[in-house]
Amino acid sequence: MQMLVAKYNYWIYITLMMIGLYAMIAKNNLVKKIVGMSIFQTAIILFYVSIGAKRGATIPIIEHGHGEGHGAGTHMVHAVDYINPLPHVLMLTAIVVAVATLGVALALAIRVYNRYNTLEEDEILAQIREK
Amino acid sequence: MSEQYPALLVVVPLLSALVICVAGWVNKRLCFPIAVAALGVAAYSCIGLLLRVLDEGVIVYKLGGWDPPMGIAYYVDHLNGLVLSVVSVVALLNLIASKKSIDQEFPDKIGPFYTLYVLMVTGLLGIVVTGDAFNLYVLLEIAALTGYGLLAMGEDRAPLAALNYLYMGTIGACFYLLGVGYLYIVTGSLNMVDIAKILPSLYQSKAVLGAFIILMVGVWLKMAFFPLHAWLPNAYTYAPSAASSLIAPLVTKVMIYVMIRFILTVFTPEFAFNILAVSDSIVWLAVIAIVMGAILALAERNLKKMLTYIVIAEVGYMVGGAWLGNRAGMTGAILHIVNDALMTLCVFLVAGNIVYKLKGYAFDDLKGLYRKMPFTMTAFTVGVLSMIGVPPTCGFFSKWYLILGAIRAEHWFFMGALLFSSLVNAVLFFRIIEIAFFEPFTDHHAHGHDHQPEPIDEAPLSMVVPLWIVAAALVIVGIYTSDIVTKIIQFAIPEGIL
Repeated sequence: MQMLVAKYNYWIYITLMMIGLYAMIAKNNLVKKIVGMSIFQTAIILFYVSIGAKRGATIPIIEHGHGEGHGAGTHMVHAVDYINPLPHVLMLTAIVVAVATLGVALALAIRVYNRYNTLEEDEILAQIREK
Repeated sequence: MSEQYPALLVVVPLLSALVICVAGWVNKRLCFPIAVAALGVAAYSCIGLLLRVLDEGVIVYKLGGWDPPMGIAYYVDHLNGLVLSVVSVVALLNLIASKKSIDQEFPDKIGPFYTLYVLMVTGLLGIVVTGDAFNLYVLLEIAALTGYGLLAMGEDRAPLAALNYLYMGTIGACFYLLGVGYLYIVTGSLNMVDIAKILPSLYQSKAVLGAFIILMVGVWLKMAFFPLHAWLPNAYTYAPSAASSLIAPLVTKVMIYVMIRFILTVFTPEFAFNILAVSDSIVWLAVIAIVMGAILALAERNLKKMLTYIVIAEVGYMVGGAWLGNRAGMTGAILHIVNDALMTLCVFLVAGNIVYKLKGYAFDDLKGLYRKMPFTMTAFTVGVLSMIGVPPTCGFFSKWYLILGAIRAEHWFFMGALLFSSLVNAVLFFRIIEIAFFEPFTDHHAHGHDHQPEPIDEAPLSMVVPLWIVAAALVIVGIYTSDIVTKIIQFAIPEGIL
């Protein structure tokens, strides 16, 4: 129980990941599979964002610039007071990648639909087998 | 100038891709020369870098002047200098060889095709040159997304096959990203060299173990290591020939490079081979990959699909060789990256030439091909001998090192699998040679000329000459194997591996 509560962010990302994976494996409709893939990617983005957080910390903007008001170099910046911005910045890139992947996947789905007139995987496979 | 090579080899193709995209709107004929120029600059920088590394040792290039581990640094050592040269040269040769088939297959999409092609090479070169684990992920996705587009431009089943590849490729990349995330949690760094410095005190941590397993599964998905290979055959078979002869030789090899880089640099051989007791089981997986790849290839009656299963078996060679955990096996794996890229390029270019002339690549289409396309088929014979592993072609030498490694590690089943696969390759290819050499050419359309000898109807010169260069390279690399091993690969493997 302790493990569940203290590390809840990890459990949430794993649950989301499994939902996405389930949709990719079990769903028959291509668009549902693609949405599953998107959930899978979002789970990892959530994981990264959650590891940057700290209890009682604030956004990483230094209020007093260096050497301002307190005399040169006397104002110390405590890393503990600020959340870690790096994972969040990384995830900006990952979001862009996820959007691009989603776009390519949907474009491919359109190509598949134009070719087979359906998005249901079993019907497509039946059409391929007929030939 | 030469100190900027590491940046140039990524920046020039990247910007050229944008220029090609715009030029495609203005005049389609501009696209090809720009693409050749861009990849030419990249290949020149890569070879220049390799030569500099041979003289000076490891080159560190700080992007924007930011010191690592804060900034992103490109590291070029003997290992990736070699892989960079191979990737850029293979991409350039294939681009020149494929011009005619691109013009023939999709005359109205020339601009987009070259844009994707050059972007994909950007991604592949970037993966190899970068020293930052997250940067590698971004470039991995650049290479993958352009790859899906290129593969989907093929014939009717291609979009569906590319979509299946996209699911698997995305899961693979996500696993890689997750693995990097765990490494970041425990080390607080994304720079590969920096991670390697911090990790030794954390080798017992479960998070490091988790990171390692997730990373490896992700990379294996991307390289189509046997149980995770299902996406590869259809995606590569239905792709346009210019795309499959770029992607088949390079993507799996680059992913093998990533695996070796993580074993050697990030996790260090000490952790991968000694602390984790997994190498034996991974070599066993490789044995299964090789045997299953060979058996599945035997069942195919279609040249291109058969070749894709051979690609899967070859992935097994390299993964197994790398995980044998000794110097000979690792040498074999790295040497096989070079050789297999060239061999696969050779046979896929042949498949491209055949498609260009015959519009088909089932075994029945190949009848009488030695008479019809003698130059293409001569090059095919050289490529085939190399795949089987006949000296003096290069395929023999990497197999030799792999088998030496298997003997050193006393892993007899891996050795058996290598020999079995060579044997199956011989059966596979001599079956094709028999059909193409002895059976008379049958034209489905003209039944009146049954008894006349078939006139030579060879692919154009611009396709045959690059093919012959590749075929000659197979022999030349084979002859200079000892130089490549003693001058380059020897320095790529850390001292710790005996």
